[in-house]
Amino acid sequence: MFIRHEAIEKNAILMLVLTLITVSIGGIVQIIPLFTIESTIERVDGVRPYTPLELMGRNIYVREGCYLCHSQQIRPFKDEVERYGHYSLAAESMYDKPFQWGSKRTGPDLARVGGRYSNDWHVQHLTSPRAVVPESVMPAYPFLAERKLEARDIARHLKSLRSVGVPYTDEMIDNAAADLDAQVNPDADPTALLKRYPRAVVGKFNSQAEGVTEMDALVAYLQMLGTLVRISDIPPERLRQ
Amino acid sequence: MVLTMFWGVAAFTAGVVIAAQLVWPQLSFDSEYLTFGRLRPLHTSAAIFAFGGTALIGTSFHVVQRTCRAQLFGGAPLGWFIVLGYQFFIVIAATGYLLGITQSKEYAEPEWYADIWLTIVWVAYLIAYLGTVLKREEPHIYVANWFYLAFIITIAMLHIVNNLTMPVSFFGTKSYSAWSGVQDAMIQWWYGHNAVGFFLTAAFLGMMYYFIPKAANRPVYSYRLSIVHFWSLVFIYIWAGPHHLHYTSLPDWAQTLGMVFSVMLWMPSWGGMINGLMTLSGAWDKLRTDPGLRFSVTAVGFYGMATFEGPVMSIKAVNSLSHYTDWTIGHVHSGALGWVAFIVFGSMYYLVPVLWKRPAMWSTRLIGWHYWISTLGIVLYISSMWVSGIMQGLMWRAYDELGFLQYSFVETVAAMHPFYFIRLLGGVLFLSGGLIMAFNMWRTVRGDKAQAVVPAATAAVAA
Repeated sequence: MFIRHEAIEKNAILMLVLTLITVSIGGIVQIIPLFTIESTIERVDGVRPYTPLELMGRNIYVREGCYLCHSQQIRPFKDEVERYGHYSLAAESMYDKPFQWGSKRTGPDLARVGGRYSNDWHVQHLTSPRAVVPESVMPAYPFLAERKLEARDIARHLKSLRSVGVPYTDEMIDNAAADLDAQVNPDADPTALLKRYPRAVVGKFNSQAEGVTEMDALVAYLQMLGTLVRISDIPPERLRQ
Repeated sequence: MVLTMFWGVAAFTAGVVIAAQLVWPQLSFDSEYLTFGRLRPLHTSAAIFAFGGTALIGTSFHVVQRTCRAQLFGGAPLGWFIVLGYQFFIVIAATGYLLGITQSKEYAEPEWYADIWLTIVWVAYLIAYLGTVLKREEPHIYVANWFYLAFIITIAMLHIVNNLTMPVSFFGTKSYSAWSGVQDAMIQWWYGHNAVGFFLTAAFLGMMYYFIPKAANRPVYSYRLSIVHFWSLVFIYIWAGPHHLHYTSLPDWAQTLGMVFSVMLWMPSWGGMINGLMTLSGAWDKLRTDPGLRFSVTAVGFYGMATFEGPVMSIKAVNSLSHYTDWTIGHVHSGALGWVAFIVFGSMYYLVPVLWKRPAMWSTRLIGWHYWISTLGIVLYISSMWVSGIMQGLMWRAYDELGFLQYSFVETVAAMHPFYFIRLLGGVLFLSGGLIMAFNMWRTVRGDKAQAVVPAATAAVAA
């Protein structure tokens, strides 16, 4: 065996090709079945694409690197389930591009933070974390509360997400700007929005400033996290992967 | 070399800043540009890609030309295109982080435009490297080049698959990943773990296989071990990704595969360590006289330790405690500081006098100082992270006698405070060591006469 290794050692192209084959195997075995095995993503009701405002809020979450200190992935342990809620399902992040499971909990898990605190609490906490939680080591984000949300190309965001597999309909794309406004503007009628995006949380999230701020979008996103799937409605066998 | 040193110091500084922010969170000054969330990718990218990557490109060009007895394919123009093109990638990626431009995939944060540029540079790198190997004067390809080649080709594969995205517009920075949710998680950690496996391990093993035999003036311990170690390492490493996703929504079968292969990985890793250490047989006395070599050997020691700790942490029962805690951070740093940075330091202490044609580094004593200060820094760093990580994990799962969770989350945050301070201290020491090295290098390059403080030592290095 070792004598024949000489052949590889003397032929750079052969070595390169064999190396490439060797390193490909693991990835092929581990990744491709995740796309083909149907039970990888549990079949549960309620998961839907993000509303335009939630999507913009999610982009701010990504931009600020929140995932570096907050996970969105509850593990099936007694203490985690008691602290954060039911363990996370693959279905719940099926439209997350990219996923935000995180790898570190310098701060608590946020997978089911939606509805746990009031909008005002979130605004306060993001503006000045230690005013609300004295021991916190989180950076302060006062600039979010003042800055207007830049969302002129919101329809384009939905379109490019659709091109990579998120089921936004033509209707959703055509009404993206109106839906964004309807979720946060107290004078707008949210009926059409709620029909397109069931269980969306509507309201003026940031009461500190007029108009749609980045804070509105971020809090709208936080308030929906983990709220789409009603775990208690799902028969247990549907959760088997 | 100079660029490596510059990025090294930059990365250590960024690390110290974010470590300080976890002790005193006010240090982001309410500024958008100085939050932990934006500086942390800056720190990791500066350490891995700027410091590590530049060191790898520089040493790989040196090693491939020496071991093949051939000029670099494409000559100086292609060489400079790769070096400067890579620097340009780092600059556009790093400035993007501060402005909040990120894909939010760990160690793959740069957005699509930077990714495309890196792909071009990387293909040029492969062409230059492979071209040089092809026109070699030596019949055999030296073992260091196997590792460098595997590193270049595997990183290309990982980079392209993990970064497939759809830009929102041609003139905008934002893009959306082609992958989502559970598949995205698997692909990201297939990439992420092998950024460690091939960028920070295989490539630096290439460095080890050239510079340790050179500095010790001994042949590599075992040729057979090199072969077994090489092929088993590149085959097994790629499977280890799912251990970053234990107990998540990733299906169990994938987690189990990841765990089994991670544990198996211990063997080839230690094969490499043994091959590196045993190369010193009969030359152990050089550790006393050549502090540069001491860096390389300690690096291999830390490599052995980190590659033992890794498989342990990848066992699901252990991982249930260690995951999400500072233990992981400590583990990464025993690899990044102890192995990667130390093997770079050792190689550079060998290479700088060779490249600038000096008899030795300007001061051997300063190398000694650098060594001990850095080592102390690492020890403070990793031990504080062990304690804080394990403590944090235990506090999260602690119950009181009435069956309630004993600690609120914020109590665990408060408990971390002293350890974050010790970690900061460790980081400051490591940075100081880096500054000492930069100073020593500058004096050497300038051509100042070598200090004859320890004549015997200097003579040994020169010989």
